[in-house]
Amino acid sequence: MRPVLKLIGVSKTFTMHLQGGLRLPVVAGVSFSVHAGECVVLAGRSGIGKSSVLKMIFGSYRCDAGQILIQQGIARTDVVRASPRHLLALRENMMGYVSQFLRAVPRVPAIDVVAQLQFGNGTSRDGARARAADLLQRLNIPDSLQSLPPATFSGGEQQRVNIARGFLPERPILLLDEPTASLDSENCAVVTSLIAEKKKRGTAVVAVVHDETVRERIADSVVDLTQFAAAT
Amino acid sequence: MTHPTEQEPLLIADGLTKWYGRQLGCRDVSFDLYEGEVMAVVGESGSGKTTLLNLLSAQIAPGAGRVLYRMRDEVTRDLAALGEAERRLLARTDWGFVHQDPAMGLRMGVSAGANVGERLMAVGWRHYGRIRGSATNWLHRVEIDPARIDDMPVTYSGGMRQRLQIARNLVTLPRLILMDEPTGGLDVSVQARLLDLLRGLSSELKLAVVLVTHDLAVARLLSHRIMVMKEGEVIETGLTDQVLDDPQEPYTQLLVASVLPA
Repeated sequence: MRPVLKLIGVSKTFTMHLQGGLRLPVVAGVSFSVHAGECVVLAGRSGIGKSSVLKMIFGSYRCDAGQILIQQGIARTDVVRASPRHLLALRENMMGYVSQFLRAVPRVPAIDVVAQLQFGNGTSRDGARARAADLLQRLNIPDSLQSLPPATFSGGEQQRVNIARGFLPERPILLLDEPTASLDSENCAVVTSLIAEKKKRGTAVVAVVHDETVRERIADSVVDLTQFAAAT
Repeated sequence: MTHPTEQEPLLIADGLTKWYGRQLGCRDVSFDLYEGEVMAVVGESGSGKTTLLNLLSAQIAPGAGRVLYRMRDEVTRDLAALGEAERRLLARTDWGFVHQDPAMGLRMGVSAGANVGERLMAVGWRHYGRIRGSATNWLHRVEIDPARIDDMPVTYSGGMRQRLQIARNLVTLPRLILMDEPTGGLDVSVQARLLDLLRGLSSELKLAVVLVTHDLAVARLLSHRIMVMKEGEVIETGLTDQVLDDPQEPYTQLLVASVLPA
């Protein structure tokens, strides 16, 4: 079976024009594949470019070279060369992404922050909210908090809202950037089982996790980015 | 946005260039805009953003290039080839223009209800009750107490005036909205409320929006795509998160680096 996601020779260098054109090579020649139902964990020391690789897959960071191929039915799209409009559609249909921090939108209650990606998607708003409420409940965000905007929540609570937002849509690819970093062990366990459930439903997962226990429980394979470190 | 290929763009800017004598307004600006898409145009003052809006809305004529618009009958036409009457009809029905200063987009001497109703009358609505009903409904949607419907906009706060201007524009269910610094000059708390409202309405009504702003946080919150302008030219384009998280051009990097973290 073809992998859902395949990286071939992906390279990235930041050019800092404000520092006199300083070039910061991040990664070079990153290549790996992820199949449906499989979880690949990206490893390597801090600063090696794990988050950058996730952001390139999602299309937030541009690539200097290489291909990031996404298989959608019989169609294959290269994220690196997709038009902005095509990339937006690709995200909507194919990719979920849980960032390290929640970017809180003023005034929007937590439940809608989570349900929002589902609005106007065929499902009713009430249906989306009901599913969001269930997921938040599982992540120990009680009813009383769900109707408040998350701007005033604690770091851990915000991260759990962020996780719920990324996990609610069923998309073939799920990108996780340190999903458990600011969570206690109880919530960590919840997230670990959520990831296991996603895998069972055939989601291809790419994750950055430092926590050894979490990594052991979710990883099918580990890609150490040290081998792709760009020469400085 | 599920099937990117099945539809023609709503608006096409093709090589738009405008000189004011020897002073450049903007040069060779091209882009496509689809329904449901919000594109932010960012850049410092004097970068050609407002010239571009005026060209797009056919308020000034380009020196070179053209603007194509897909009319409601699905035929894409060159704005320059439209008659004056056709252009005026477009401006009154299918387009909205939200000015930074609400006083420019509103008639300050007539009631809020009349400000909203006027656009409906311009497209042939005559039934007073229905016009008032629609105005009431729109005031409610932009979070203005309908009890204020007979008050003049001069009695409104800045944030309320801006929301009234938005209601006045949206009442004819336009497909294209041009916004010139819609949150400029408002308190931060008032801004947040307005941004949230604009976000909701643009996705709900599948509006195509060109949003001129110098505020990157506003662009981040509202737009799908960003076009960065400098000295009349487009220097960088991309998805909003691409441009803001991984800016390529020196000037864009400077813009992003100049934002004070909140």
